[in-house]
Amino acid sequence: MDASPSKPGVSKFGGQFWNKLQTLAGPLALLGPSGLWLVLFLVLPTLLILDISLVPGLRPGTVPGAYGFGNYSQVFNPFDPAFDPVYIQVIWRSIYYAAGTTCACLVLGFPVAYWLALMAPRRWRNLLVVAFVLPLWTSSLLRAYAWTSILRPTGLLNSLILWINGMVPGLEIPTQDWLYTRTAVLIGLTYSFLPYMVLILYASLEKLDRSLLEASADLGANPRQTFLKVTVPQSLPGIAAGCLLVFITSMGDFVVPTLLGGASSMTISRLIYNQFLGITRNWGLGSSLSMVLILAVSVAIALLLKYGDRSSVTET
Amino acid sequence: MKRSIPTFPVSWQAIFSLAMYGFMYGPILVLAVYSFNDSERYTSVWRGFSLRWYETLFQDQRIFQALQDTLVVAFVAVGIASVVGTLMAIGLAKYRFPGKSLYRGVSYLPLIVPDIAIAVATLVFLASIAVPLSIWTIIAAHLVFCLAYVALVVSSRLNGLDPHLEEAALDLGANPAQALVKVLLPELMPAIVSGCLLAFVLSVDDLLISSFTAGSGANPLPIEIFSRIRTGVKPDMNALSVLLILTSGMIAALAEYLRYKGESR
Repeated sequence: MDASPSKPGVSKFGGQFWNKLQTLAGPLALLGPSGLWLVLFLVLPTLLILDISLVPGLRPGTVPGAYGFGNYSQVFNPFDPAFDPVYIQVIWRSIYYAAGTTCACLVLGFPVAYWLALMAPRRWRNLLVVAFVLPLWTSSLLRAYAWTSILRPTGLLNSLILWINGMVPGLEIPTQDWLYTRTAVLIGLTYSFLPYMVLILYASLEKLDRSLLEASADLGANPRQTFLKVTVPQSLPGIAAGCLLVFITSMGDFVVPTLLGGASSMTISRLIYNQFLGITRNWGLGSSLSMVLILAVSVAIALLLKYGDRSSVTET
Repeated sequence: MKRSIPTFPVSWQAIFSLAMYGFMYGPILVLAVYSFNDSERYTSVWRGFSLRWYETLFQDQRIFQALQDTLVVAFVAVGIASVVGTLMAIGLAKYRFPGKSLYRGVSYLPLIVPDIAIAVATLVFLASIAVPLSIWTIIAAHLVFCLAYVALVVSSRLNGLDPHLEEAALDLGANPAQALVKVLLPELMPAIVSGCLLAFVLSVDDLLISSFTAGSGANPLPIEIFSRIRTGVKPDMNALSVLLILTSGMIAALAEYLRYKGESR
């Protein structure tokens, strides 16, 4: 009872502080390290890119100039004196490759996913799915490289064409240098991303309620009607998710356009690469192109979250 | 009764799928076959079986140095990510706090934002704080996507776990650390391992982020391979491909086996 009146207050405050620290200790220990790392090496760098994308003509070793939208207007504004149509062309080409790859992957991937999910022998189903996506585990660099030896002028594809020409009299399929063409890039990109599409479509088709298909058939629909009116609408979220995922990843791809596309098929990721590690260094322009790419991907993700089947993406 | 799914032994979908398996494995097979071709230079003409390109490869000191750099980066980054990423996944499953969805959203960014954008941002960031580029900057950059992948795989496993498991451990007198190590961790182990394998493969495969954070001190394998194959076809690279594909095939088989085991439990 002779304790000073201030003392309980102090210990009470200290107790509160200690309690607070204790309740925070768990979350801090669990989420602190990764949060720190993500802020340091992802959030801050991205904000920095946004910052220097607003400094026109920033090059390493130069004094940064005033802020402005020069880098963006150089790419998008045709009335800017520094406007160069080549940047828009590069962006369109990237979109063209991404769209072409997405279509090819959907057309080639859907029958495979359908077969795996609904028709393949049940015992082997898991193994068959794994076998299809196994190439994803190998180096993307070497898978693109594999195509260079097929598409070269003296490569396997031309040898095959010559062999067919020799077998069938009168047939003259022209041989050509397939490497460094648009076709080569589209083949390479489709090859790279087809497993993703199949995986996502498979996850979606596998969840399909088979009794719906039987009901549709019992009610008199022919297989084509069942497919168009039941199977496709039911798997639409999966189709949307697969298409957007392939679109995003193929638009940002660097390896395939570089190895199979040659100098004529510059894409946005190659252009950004050149602004930093190539001969024509312009960090400001490179950063603004990078922001454009991030923005395009963000729009695609927003679409995915709104219309796509989220579960099929997070599962795979 | 009519059937909507035809059950002929051979349907057109089966034939088409078989062709697509051929499409996926054909190029790899071609690569492998020509790694054994006994030719002076690279040609598509078959000149007999030989192991000469494998001999060339094994005498190549640069390749081994690059392989060593790659493995150091992958093991250190994945090693740290296995702990930090798992803690993050548990923290996100356990606590509610303001800004949680932002946290989760940011942690998923490395999975979906193109590598080139992350690579460029990391380079600019490192340059702005004047950190010299070395093997450690590669590790720091790889850690970002490695922990994202580990956290993703562990999170999906956590969703399927019984939430009362940890409570039961606490009720029975375990302290929070014991509950984590003795109850939660064994349940999460298959997911942690398969997340680590995924992160490992991605780290070993990464070209762009390494290129932007390597400087001249370190030279991981993808950079070395890229600088060689962009100037044409090199048969010793075919030999290297075969070895790497066999290795990653084994890692993939292990990962899928673990996933299968994790699911069937």
